[in-house]
Amino acid sequence: MNESTTAVDSFAQGIKDCIPTLLGYISIGVAFGVIGITSNLSVLEIFLLSVLVYAGSAQFIFCGLYVAGAPFSIIIITTFVVNLRHVLMSLTVAPHLTHYSPLRNIGFGTLLTDETFGVAVTKVMKDKQLGGNWMDGLNLTAYLTWIVSCTMGGIVGKWLPNAENWGLDFALLAMFVALLVLNLSGVGKSKLLHYIKLISIMAILLYSLLYVLPGHLAVLIATLLVATIGVLTEK
Amino acid sequence: MTTSFAFILLILGCALVTWVPRVMPFILVRNIKLPDIVLRWLAYIPVCILSALVLESLFQVEGNFVTFDWKNLVAFVPTLIIAIWTKSLSKTVIIGVITMAILRYFI
Repeated sequence: MNESTTAVDSFAQGIKDCIPTLLGYISIGVAFGVIGITSNLSVLEIFLLSVLVYAGSAQFIFCGLYVAGAPFSIIIITTFVVNLRHVLMSLTVAPHLTHYSPLRNIGFGTLLTDETFGVAVTKVMKDKQLGGNWMDGLNLTAYLTWIVSCTMGGIVGKWLPNAENWGLDFALLAMFVALLVLNLSGVGKSKLLHYIKLISIMAILLYSLLYVLPGHLAVLIATLLVATIGVLTEK
Repeated sequence: MTTSFAFILLILGCALVTWVPRVMPFILVRNIKLPDIVLRWLAYIPVCILSALVLESLFQVEGNFVTFDWKNLVAFVPTLIIAIWTKSLSKTVIIGVITMAILRYFI
């Protein structure tokens, strides 16, 4: 009977399911605040970036370009390209939430990140459905944690020793590894073999693409290609 | 606690270009029914994009060559084992971070 709780659409369960990802948000957020300060941004500007842009990798690249004195047009175009993978993530999650109002759907999309996407697709894999309240609980917890972490990083940045030495930045990669394993653990044996082949192709393709493309574009193009190979080779 | 008008405009520009790609698909799928083949294709996206993000951080570009990011690769092994063994997000993250901290401390 304790399985029945997973089917209920609960805001509190969304918050709970977000907790394992928080170490990632906090460490990357604080790191961003520190980088922001050293890139000559004010704490207010760090706060505004985390509220309005809300995208880890894009915010880091923003700082790098801003401190290098890049033209605003270049900063905006780069931010766009770095976050383009979110089209795919939204497109994957959105079909499960079409029965909610347009306004709520805009809300779901606005707060979608790599991490909440990962948690949401893992939920879909387990429960075969998504609840709006659960999504809001997950999204708002992640969003508020991100804003607070970035801003705190900006405030304490001057006094913080190099956070990288603590290994905290690895939280993000570790989280993606766990989400990947969780997504694979739900599929059957023959399907798993298919996926392992696809991941091997992904490794070779990504390695080759990195010779000619920056990382974020390589990720996007490799995903498009390997998903297509996946459909073409499935039985 | 300062900013400038130009900076606000820059942030708003960046906000717009990160917001549209996230929200547009949610609007799109409400208005058109995606064909079956597209839905089947989308089913591959989670594993593809997650493995792409993992693999991308195991590589690094060094001059003209793409090589392994050895520290990430070494820390990746116990992280993967813990993930498969425990199927737990929080345990995997904690073990991963500790492994990386130990690696950085000694190397």
